[in-house]
Amino acid sequence: MQPYRNRDYARHLLDRLQQEATRPVSVMEVCGTHTVAIARSGLRELLPKNIRLISGPGCPVCVTDDLDLDLVIALAREPEITMATFGDMMRVPGTSSSLLEARSLGADVRVVYSPTDAVALAVANPDRQVVFLAVGFETTIPTVAVAVEQAVQQGLRNFSIFSLHKLVPPVMEALLTDPEVRLDAFINPGHVCTILGTEPFRFIPEKYGKPCVVTGFEAVDIMEALLMILQQYNQGRPSVEIQYKRAVRPEGNAVARGYIDKYFTPVTACWRGIGDVPGSGLALREEFAHLDAQRRFPITVTPGKRLKNCSCGQVLKGLKLPYECALFGKACTPMKPVGPCMVSTEGSCAAYYRYGTQRVGGAV
Amino acid sequence: MCLAIPSKILSIKGNTAEIDVGGNTKEVNIILTPEAKVGEYVLLHAGFAIQVIDEQSAEEIFDAWEEAYAALQK
Repeated sequence: MQPYRNRDYARHLLDRLQQEATRPVSVMEVCGTHTVAIARSGLRELLPKNIRLISGPGCPVCVTDDLDLDLVIALAREPEITMATFGDMMRVPGTSSSLLEARSLGADVRVVYSPTDAVALAVANPDRQVVFLAVGFETTIPTVAVAVEQAVQQGLRNFSIFSLHKLVPPVMEALLTDPEVRLDAFINPGHVCTILGTEPFRFIPEKYGKPCVVTGFEAVDIMEALLMILQQYNQGRPSVEIQYKRAVRPEGNAVARGYIDKYFTPVTACWRGIGDVPGSGLALREEFAHLDAQRRFPITVTPGKRLKNCSCGQVLKGLKLPYECALFGKACTPMKPVGPCMVSTEGSCAAYYRYGTQRVGGAV
Repeated sequence: MCLAIPSKILSIKGNTAEIDVGGNTKEVNIILTPEAKVGEYVLLHAGFAIQVIDEQSAEEIFDAWEEAYAALQK
């Protein structure tokens, strides 16, 4: 059998979900790629009414705090700075501007595909201070660590990183302890787990009694994972299981984790709409402080006013669905985004907007 | 942003591998997957291989959903 292509198998999964969904269950996906897969496939409309899918803070671009971004934009405007980052970051609004607007006003901001491209940029432009704006979860962080290693090995004096990395397990715990948030299980981020494996998520079943399943990115993967979640839920045996076995091993990628640990240490990070979460960010270790843009270029900005009427914070916590925001599709569209969830292609609002997701299933 | 795509390793030289992505060849860094061998499939992210994956499954997942979705609509 070719399970991922077999229509009978998909029908079978849906029937099994109908049988198992005997009581309401709220499942949060903590990965923007899942949010897009769910919206694109139309899966939400096919599922039993008892299964409510809610989108969490699963896009590292969307959770970048606007005040952090103000600092980045101020630094990008300094004449000696070349700011390099992933394309998704360009249009994310700070409190008053974006990197794209800063570039249109003369700042030197470059889009790169890989963190190592930023190192190459520094090598090719020795008279410029190249700062890599490092955003990303555990999937991306090892690639930044390798770029840092390259800069160390080459003794580069004109390369640094502005680390706005975020770690997934601490924010999942923050959601589980938030009295506003009601969720029964997690669809775990597949590619974060290729690096982390299952161990860092064991606290979810063991401390909070919630099922979680590491999930692939096809609609059939997600249906399989939901079935595994319902079975855990109904049988009262919460655990961390892997549905996405073709890419995720229980032990994850130890080499990649070694790179993270060698160069970074956990710090408190501010998540847009959620606030400070202890241990959920990463800063360069003390011995690599000379590569830390925040320490090399101390910049202060007057704190701006956060966005008004924007519900991204509630969307990121699964408290609202995108179309429940007053701005959705009116004042806020992918062409003219107000909040970060509409900017990134993997933002919940952008995914709902693009795929015209029907208004079914409510938020908490 | 954590998007990662499966692709096949065609050749390896040091920490650099030439890989096939949908018929195009590209060079990627394999320092995070030192166990990767020629002919194996890896997941690519930001210019790096981040995990060696099961080849048969990788081929099976492509274009999977459209057919199933059409069937489920009936």
